[in-house]
Amino acid sequence: MKLIRDFGQYVAWLPDIFSRPENMSMYYKETIRQMYDIGIGSLSIVMIISGFIGAVTSIQFSYQLEGTMIPSYYIGYIVRDMMIIEMAVTLTSIVLAGKIGSTMAAEIGGMRQKEHIDAMEIMGVNTSAYLVMPKLLASVVIIPILVIVACIVGIGGGYFAAITVAGFTSAEFIRGLRSFFVPFNILIMLVKSVTFAFIITSVACYQGYFVTGGSIELGQASTRAVVFGSIIILIADLLIALILMS
Amino acid sequence: MIKASNIIKAFSDQQVLKDVSFTFEAGKTNLIIGKSGAGKTVFLKILVGLLNPTSGSIWYDKIDLCSINRDELRALRMKIGMLFQGNALFDSMTVEENIRFPMDMFTKKTAKEKQKQVDLCLERVSLQGSNHKYPSEISGGMQKRVGIARSIVLNPKYLFCDEPNSGLDPKTAITIDELISSITQEHNMTTIINTHDMNSVMEIGENICLLSEGQLAWQGSKAEVLHSQDYVLLDFIFASPFLKRLRETALKN
Repeated sequence: MKLIRDFGQYVAWLPDIFSRPENMSMYYKETIRQMYDIGIGSLSIVMIISGFIGAVTSIQFSYQLEGTMIPSYYIGYIVRDMMIIEMAVTLTSIVLAGKIGSTMAAEIGGMRQKEHIDAMEIMGVNTSAYLVMPKLLASVVIIPILVIVACIVGIGGGYFAAITVAGFTSAEFIRGLRSFFVPFNILIMLVKSVTFAFIITSVACYQGYFVTGGSIELGQASTRAVVFGSIIILIADLLIALILMS
Repeated sequence: MIKASNIIKAFSDQQVLKDVSFTFEAGKTNLIIGKSGAGKTVFLKILVGLLNPTSGSIWYDKIDLCSINRDELRALRMKIGMLFQGNALFDSMTVEENIRFPMDMFTKKTAKEKQKQVDLCLERVSLQGSNHKYPSEISGGMQKRVGIARSIVLNPKYLFCDEPNSGLDPKTAITIDELISSITQEHNMTTIINTHDMNSVMEIGENICLLSEGQLAWQGSKAEVLHSQDYVLLDFIFASPFLKRLRETALKN
């Protein structure tokens, strides 16, 4: 019952976020700050995780390819498409749901508890728009860039593991990378990354904005931002796969 | 002038305000007083539109707060300044940035004009030279003064203060009271202060509303407090035996 009520409140709240800004320059400054926080702040963790995922993907497929009739250069093709279609975007988004989702929920929830949001409301600020829109814009711009970085680093990790651990040659891997390339897969990746960015940010900001109670409730809201964000990302992943790949 | 008519507020089955009506007069320091749990903060939040009443209406001159749309509410709120109990200063901004925030958001003033207004406000609350300090670097009394400076930076018509003296020593509390009172007179504002501080009542209470168990129990001015025979009022203002004796002595003289 609470889940349905929360969903209704979330849907009813979304139009407030897209209200006309009171002062464009203030929103612009805040968006740039958020872009920096999300982009630079998450770059290292995204690169580390995607590098390892690419390497593991490469090693696991090389293990599965053993003793089969599948040509060895397929390793590059498999790692590339795994990273583009699924691994880079979904794993990066789930990691970001944990990292920036919890931060956003805690930041806005803290402002709610310290009466900062009430203070802004009294000044006449549309707090839903001012606190959420810059984060949302920053996310839908920066997260796809992070996903592209994750994809490149992941393929790099896969290449490194294939050459050094799995015993493939560089030429085999690169041949695979250049084979069967479908540009539409890049579109799938970008559609997913923009959708997931919206989910991560809006769910986290919703949890923070409507928090009540004290520090325990704030912690719970932060946890809910990560849990709900991750679950909704996976549901959206399935739906996008069904729609775009069918 | 702000007029509250027949305000009822209930949370689930608990009625916090029971048919409260009161007129807050323009150009005066209006006080909402009462014991903890009397409904003062809920009443104040209803007055500024942070909470909706279960029934009743709030009139800002000729504007009905409860029936205006969101844009009209925002326009009205630009005429409102508010000092919060916990100050609600933005931690990540300096004193100057806190005071400048409403101007940055709503005015097209140049940087020089904004700086001049910030300096004027800081001077008015005797905090010259604190521009670049963060809220965590100044005392509670100074934070209150920054809160006052921020709330008057757009020259509001209405000023609300939620427990402005909480957590302050008596002398600093009197300074804050005097500051609010003098600013009210300078700008001819309608000021509403929510307090349970007896000193504030006797120093600056020009129009007082006493809430008790969610109901309007008494109304009058500070001059009328001393001569009142209202049991609820006397029990609240002169709570200790010492203060009761003091009142009796004052009346005898």
